[in-house]
Amino acid sequence: MSRRSISRRDILAAGTAGTLLGVSGCLSDGGVLGDSDDDDDGAPTIGILEDRSGEFALNGESKWQASLLAVEEINADGGVLGEEIEVYDPDPQSDNQRYQELTREAINDEGVDALWAGYSSATREAIRPIINDEEQLYFYTTQYEGGVCDSTTFAMGATARQQLGAVIPYMIEEYGPRIYTIAADYNFGQISGDWIHILAEEHGAEVVDEEYIPLGETDFGSTINNIQSEDPDFIASMLVGDSHANFYEQRADTGLDIPMGSSTTMAQGYEHLRLDPPALEDMYVGVNYMEELETDESQTFVDAFYEEYPDADYLNQEAQNNYFSVHMWAEAVEAAGTFDQEEVIAELESGVEIDAPEGTIELDPATHHMTHHMRIGHADENHEVTFDEEQYIEPTFLHEVGCDLTEEPEQTQYEPEEFYDEI
Amino acid sequence: MDALYELLNFGFQFLDSFAFIVLATVGLAIIFGMMGIINLAHGEFILVGAYATTLSFHAGLPLPLAMVAGVVVTTIFGIILERTIIHRLYGRLLDSMVVTFGISLVMIQLTRIVFGNSLPQIGTPFGGISYGPYSYSTYRSVFLASVAVVALVALYVVFTRTTFGVCARATIQDEETARSMGVDTDRMYLSTFAIGSALAGLTGALYAPATTMSPELGTYFLVEAFVAVVVGGPSVLLGTPLAGVLLGTVDAFFANLWGQFMGTVFLLLTAIIAIRLMPDGITGLLRDLREKWGQSE
Repeated sequence: MSRRSISRRDILAAGTAGTLLGVSGCLSDGGVLGDSDDDDDGAPTIGILEDRSGEFALNGESKWQASLLAVEEINADGGVLGEEIEVYDPDPQSDNQRYQELTREAINDEGVDALWAGYSSATREAIRPIINDEEQLYFYTTQYEGGVCDSTTFAMGATARQQLGAVIPYMIEEYGPRIYTIAADYNFGQISGDWIHILAEEHGAEVVDEEYIPLGETDFGSTINNIQSEDPDFIASMLVGDSHANFYEQRADTGLDIPMGSSTTMAQGYEHLRLDPPALEDMYVGVNYMEELETDESQTFVDAFYEEYPDADYLNQEAQNNYFSVHMWAEAVEAAGTFDQEEVIAELESGVEIDAPEGTIELDPATHHMTHHMRIGHADENHEVTFDEEQYIEPTFLHEVGCDLTEEPEQTQYEPEEFYDEI
Repeated sequence: MDALYELLNFGFQFLDSFAFIVLATVGLAIIFGMMGIINLAHGEFILVGAYATTLSFHAGLPLPLAMVAGVVVTTIFGIILERTIIHRLYGRLLDSMVVTFGISLVMIQLTRIVFGNSLPQIGTPFGGISYGPYSYSTYRSVFLASVAVVALVALYVVFTRTTFGVCARATIQDEETARSMGVDTDRMYLSTFAIGSALAGLTGALYAPATTMSPELGTYFLVEAFVAVVVGGPSVLLGTPLAGVLLGTVDAFFANLWGQFMGTVFLLLTAIIAIRLMPDGITGLLRDLREKWGQSE
């Protein structure tokens, strides 16, 4: 038997290759050779690329479900311009390369009339060049760091300026001016961290230290020690994904009882339901929507959602954004009288209003962002969520930098560090 | 006083990393080191242990019993897998990789289909140890590190001090001779694989109250496990703790200094340097040194 003779080095190479393969994922449904349901029939199709497996499955699953729910409601109501909407929705598996392939396929082979795609900012930036090349009407629905000024992209989620701008000043007033930032180490986390600096400056507070943590990290012992050594008044947390949730568990475990302000927890990955109390005690999050919101519009939506998907784990903020934006698109198509993307974009740019589960909100024509109802969700020691003060916040940052898509077409992402000295 | 606190921070962080590396590795090391099967589904064995523990806990079992259930379920799972698939792969190193990689993918998806994207989590027991302004999780540092050491000692005893251990090692060293001496080699392979599975199950059970429950959780253990196996070298029982100490120290030191990210970076750098200098790992180097000294005497 020769198995003893293979060197350790071969095994390392093999093991690493295996791991990489595992990460990149080589499953395929609706892939290269897949069900090419050609666009020859001419039926209107929308593309919905949302993660149902991989790192962001927890966030992507209900986005996908809520999109289908919206399509179903539209079709049950007679469709758009009298036609039933079809859906192209393979699972991109939280893999950016796969997102790029599927985006090309959605645009070139399926000829989608509008595209909803992606949870993370890294994904959005991976596919935006393709979308720009093809001048594809694109809806990005995650709450995000802000700054995307792009003629064919419509950002439906609240931006850092809206989310953090609601929660950070609140935290400074309630708990004090010393902030410790922990955030995921990619464009979203880094830029959100910059926003914390700006908001701190605006409200007379300071960032005492910050740590950026790679996705997939599960051990937060040293992070917690570093926070303890600074003893801040509150923690600003922009952690993302399954593995980062370990931080909250370890925080409770070590008895670190410093309150937290966040733009990423609860409303997306329902940590308040998954984690054992009191892991999320004194977590405050700036959100435009959570399923716990007790308004009539929200209740109707929640009931419809769970009737369709009784086994769903949670109905998150992004699911709401997908849901209202599919309806908003359908209304814009009706108003434009055509599926032609250029004309639909022009219709959206005329300034539209939509009755969303979060309340009635309007699209800002100049920036393609939404004015949102921002609330502060607070989890107590039993993870019961309550909402403090509500504000109606416009997406102001892009106005400040001079983005006006109705005047001048652009495809830029502006970053706050270019416009503020505080960073 | 501050220096003492810093030292304690480092100490607890070290115990935490050491426990993680040893527990992530030990099942993989037995199955690979002793049987020559590269088990790319090792992380999913851990997943089975973690899920079985969490589900039994939520079904009403007290945590220690739920953990036992986690170990038992993973062991049974390992035995079934050995009988149906793995036993065809002895001596086929690269084939074993492809097959276990496939098993890994199937299991992640299967877990997702059956249990969804997450399970409600169990809170971590024991709370924290406080010192000055700092505190550290008792469970993740002291408790898990102790269990890791106990597991290693137990393995050492089983494989060196029992008849089963002698027969198992004989089977692995020279199957035909062992068989001719009356050893049931088939059963030895099965038992060794079962022990490896049980250890993976134990890791899953122990981390069930300390990590996020998702179908991907096994992948978080896999990189550390492979790195530690390779750095450890051919002698599994000695190599695993030595690799744990080396990599744990590096991780804790740099994580304390510059944050968790740099801890991981330096851990991987250390692994690369270690393999460059010691192609056969730490225990390979020790073996060479012993031989050299033996000759010069």
